[in-house]
Amino acid sequence: MENVIIAGSGPAGLTAAIYTARAMLAPLVIEGHAPGGQLIVSQEVENFPGLTEAISGMDLMDRFKKQAERFGTRFKMGTINHVRKRGDVFEVNIDSEMIKTKTLIIATGAEARRLRIPTEVKFYGKGISACATCDGSFFRDKEVLVVGGGNTAMEDALFLTRFASKVTIVHRREYLRASSIEVERAKENKKIKWAIPYVLEEITGDKFVSGAILENCQTGKRHEIKCDGIFVAIGHEPKTHIFKDLVNIDENGFIKIETGSTRTSTPGIFACGDVCDPVYKQAVVAAGHGCMAAFDVERYIERIN
Amino acid sequence: MLVTNLKHLESEEDISNVLRNNENVLISCGRMGPMCIPVYLIMEELENKYKHVAFRDMDFDIPASDFIKKVPECATFMGLPFNVYFKKGNVVAATSSIQSKKQITEILDREFAEY
Repeated sequence: MENVIIAGSGPAGLTAAIYTARAMLAPLVIEGHAPGGQLIVSQEVENFPGLTEAISGMDLMDRFKKQAERFGTRFKMGTINHVRKRGDVFEVNIDSEMIKTKTLIIATGAEARRLRIPTEVKFYGKGISACATCDGSFFRDKEVLVVGGGNTAMEDALFLTRFASKVTIVHRREYLRASSIEVERAKENKKIKWAIPYVLEEITGDKFVSGAILENCQTGKRHEIKCDGIFVAIGHEPKTHIFKDLVNIDENGFIKIETGSTRTSTPGIFACGDVCDPVYKQAVVAAGHGCMAAFDVERYIERIN
Repeated sequence: MLVTNLKHLESEEDISNVLRNNENVLISCGRMGPMCIPVYLIMEELENKYKHVAFRDMDFDIPASDFIKKVPECATFMGLPFNVYFKKGNVVAATSSIQSKKQITEILDREFAEY
């Protein structure tokens, strides 16, 4: 039987792994389909403490993993399909295998939110994308929109200027959630234009995206803007659906935890990182949260032993 | 690169072998990010049901992916992953970007029906 299984291998999960490994709990990390979490598609990370130079998200998460391995963390490829509680033990189904554990740390992170415009699905692969890093190169010398006002939107817009001839940031509020340094960089880039405060109401085009209808949030006036691509960067939703029968989840899908801890409604299950953080959503916050989860697990195991 | 439980194609030889040895093949080229993840989850699920189809994936950023990039049906694609369906070595369908289970099974049932 495992002492602790950690679901997820982003900053929260791997920090929990480092700390539980150093506590001699021999954690098993279930990596999920995207080892490293959301950070792996970041071209440059420069706000994580201790980095004197920007590095790619992939490189940063590789360092996390090596550090966790150094203290004895084990890794398993795959995703958790189901978790069942039997007394004080949890049966965790990973693909076709079942593993028993005393505790579970949920650090499965979040996934990109969709626009939920009827034509959005029709245009996937034909101009709509949620991944600038993956699909940006298909838009060489084309005009694109980036929808969103957070750091991801600014980073995506800046990244897309490498390929696109014009990048228009569409955001519904007059203020931007992105950090000032990201906003300033975007403002300084001559390829980047702004459509604020606008919402994207419709996507136009026949076989491919050819434009979008934007509505001014203050005046209600609509106008069409020409574009070949639309990148959606409107935030993330927590990946908690497989745990919804196991722990209490709020109306937005975030796992509810006790204030000042990572304890969930089910003793023995702990949550950390973006699965329970509707506010900050930063790698460094997730990492700190992962550390908290490790301490909470250690105390819980001491008590049940 | 995304981790999947599918068999990976890493060279032109791998591609030739899978096309030569299997009548029905689905190659998904991408393994990059959030648009690819749901497609691989679906493929892994369908792999057990469609045993007469060889499901494979490949990284978009390796030289061997030129084989998929040069498929004429993919010429206008603007999103990863590129899913290309082969029957007896010939392309019978191709899709770009995220796909639903319904979309994938429709193509599998239409192109690779068992009689």
